Amino acid sequence: MHYEYILIRYGEIALKGKNRKIFTQKLQENVQSKVKDIPSIKVKRQRDRMYILLNGQDPEPIIERCRTIFGIHSLSKAIKVDNEEEQIKKAALFALQEAQGVKTFKVTTKRTDKEFPVRSQQFNQVLGGYLLKNTEGYTVDVHQPDMELRVEIRQDGTYITSQKILAAGGLPVGSSGKTLLLLSGGIDSPVAGYLTMKRGVQVEAVHFHSPPFTSERAKQKVFDLARQLTKYGHSIRIHVVPFTKLQQKVHQVIPHGYSMTVMRRMMMRISEQIASKEGILSLTTGESLGQVASQTMESMHAINEVTNYPVLRPLITMDKEDIIDVSQKIDTYDISIRPYEDCCTVFVPDAPKTMPRKEKVNQFEQAEDFSDLLAETLENVEIVTIDSQAKEEEFDALL
Amino acid sequence: MIYLDNSATTKPYQEVIDSFTQVSEKYYGNPSSIHRTGAEAEKLLLRARQQAAELLHVKEEEIVFTSGGTEGNNTAIKGIALAHQNRGRHIITSQVEHPSVLEACRGLEELGFSITYLPVNNQGLIDPAAVEAAITEETILISIMHVNNELGTIQPIEEIGKIAKQYPKLHFHVDHVQGFGKVPLSLPNSGIDLCTISGHKIHGLKGTGLLFSKKGTHLFPLMHGGGQEQSIRSGTENLAGTVSLVKAVRLILEEQKKQKKHLLEMKERLWTCLDKMKQVSINSPAGHAPHIINLSVPGYKPEVLIHALSEKGYYISTKSACSSKNQDVSSVLAACGKPEAISSSALRISLSYHTQQQEIEGFCKALDETLHQFSEVMG
Repeated sequence: MHYEYILIRYGEIALKGKNRKIFTQKLQENVQSKVKDIPSIKVKRQRDRMYILLNGQDPEPIIERCRTIFGIHSLSKAIKVDNEEEQIKKAALFALQEAQGVKTFKVTTKRTDKEFPVRSQQFNQVLGGYLLKNTEGYTVDVHQPDMELRVEIRQDGTYITSQKILAAGGLPVGSSGKTLLLLSGGIDSPVAGYLTMKRGVQVEAVHFHSPPFTSERAKQKVFDLARQLTKYGHSIRIHVVPFTKLQQKVHQVIPHGYSMTVMRRMMMRISEQIASKEGILSLTTGESLGQVASQTMESMHAINEVTNYPVLRPLITMDKEDIIDVSQKIDTYDISIRPYEDCCTVFVPDAPKTMPRKEKVNQFEQAEDFSDLLAETLENVEIVTIDSQAKEEEFDALL
Repeated sequence: MIYLDNSATTKPYQEVIDSFTQVSEKYYGNPSSIHRTGAEAEKLLLRARQQAAELLHVKEEEIVFTSGGTEGNNTAIKGIALAHQNRGRHIITSQVEHPSVLEACRGLEELGFSITYLPVNNQGLIDPAAVEAAITEETILISIMHVNNELGTIQPIEEIGKIAKQYPKLHFHVDHVQGFGKVPLSLPNSGIDLCTISGHKIHGLKGTGLLFSKKGTHLFPLMHGGGQEQSIRSGTENLAGTVSLVKAVRLILEEQKKQKKHLLEMKERLWTCLDKMKQVSINSPAGHAPHIINLSVPGYKPEVLIHALSEKGYYISTKSACSSKNQDVSSVLAACGKPEAISSSALRISLSYHTQQQEIEGFCKALDETLHQFSEVMG
């Protein structure tokens, strides 16, 4: 006995009216790209559900991969047998015993092949009775079963679907355009990336790197965070910005209370330039109100002045604990807490202004010409693509 | 030389040795050092952890690299006991565990823990119902091996895992040292919190191993220090050993996929020829682990047979190498209720994916000859 295919149920897409096809197409692409290294399997799309035809492959690892694809509400493994009572019974028994953590079940039969001699209601009882007789420790619960065993008797065969495995929900990544995520090595920005991806947004990242103030390890940490995020969507391009010179200059010429605000404004300017060049229509940050000096209402007002791109701030009203919860759930927390300096911690002044005044910031910035340095920085941006499946090959021979 | 003692240790893969030397030469930096050499070593360590996690379908932070099976078992058992003694001081294990589990438990008894050593049936099997019946308010840990090192019996880990899942206070540890790479065991969603794997049983190097420790499992460390390995196993990482271990894990899983049938076939052949020898009685339950056959030749001293066979070039062992120096009677066989004539005359033949048909045939012939040779003296 083996599983023939995996059934994919849509999440919020199901609510989309005439645009549904755009979303399901995107989802199909995303599923295909997630399993592209397994050549024998096929992804088929229908109006209200999708199927992965297994062609003999083990369903478990495929389900494990697909659980993180946004736009999928739930997955079930399914068996196909002939419309023959004994075969259906055996398959149902297999599905029940194979499921984990199930104590109660119910059988739901749908019979579209009216030539099948037993009526649906009656067949529920026949099958339920058979399962109870041939197992131990299970009971039937028609209201809230641990597992609903669905039996569809169609012309071309009988389909038996087992346990519903909940998946990521949300919308298919790529169905809501693209954003440029300001990705530091901290806890917040990867969570912000994850949440925008969940709303169907494809993410590119920008990272500010200031060697030797920040190390290769800090950069590696960001790559590892991005790799973790690729689990939920596509590969991610990271624009690594060589920020040292600009940061040192800011540090030298701007009064210390204001250097942090100016540095953030520089980051915004650079990010907007990159977004504009790449045709990306928004920026995303991990800002959360009141968390640090740069995230007060006054600071954000002053920083935001340099861009008129929409800045998405999915964490803006979240508590730190809640952000940490998400980061643990998506496995970025342990990477984020690796203890390396990042560009935001090295140059932090002792007492950054929590209420910077916009006029003063402008006045300080205008006293100095940053344009050449900004242009030079932008010219030297390095783009790294983090692929969800490709790994670093440098150590492959050793491992 | 025909080596049929693969449950004691295995010959390392050449690729594993190559990895070890290359890493030792090239990545000798301390992964905790800040400079570039340290950073490269750390990156390699991260990559090794990542690969181990992928291969075992678990999370990276759930992998703790250890020095082998004994350390893994001790870390799990004492780690849980010491960290959770306020919740309760009762542990459930079985009579047929490896000494590194049994002795760890006996050590804890000295500290005031109470241990239930579950009996087994005549095949060496634990009854899951007995596990459940032994659980009390005080129970904090169940430690059961997957594949028995002497008999090859496969314990009903999945069923015990299902039971363990229903008791949130309980941790479930599996000694998977003999089973890994030969008998599949799924770690995610199985109710298993801790699982020990050893390098030298899978053609890796001695002194390497790993412990799976499910996210959220709190262990009191055996080694305190610099906080390496999530603070569960401090001490400068054995990078070359670790990388070579992860390579061995990859290679053995590949072999398991490709050579499963071959191994079973070799065991079948061995079984068939042993079955024909009238002095021999096979102790291993039929249909269990594909690499271990335990047999007894009542009246023949096992040590004598082993020496005679090794003179002919065939290397096998008595019970487990870790306890073979201690006493004559196999406690595992005794626990299965075997009479002393059987439990004091046991031999173990253990195969690897590389065992060849002619080796099995040669062995059978050599054993047969040896038995004839000694039949007048001992039989």
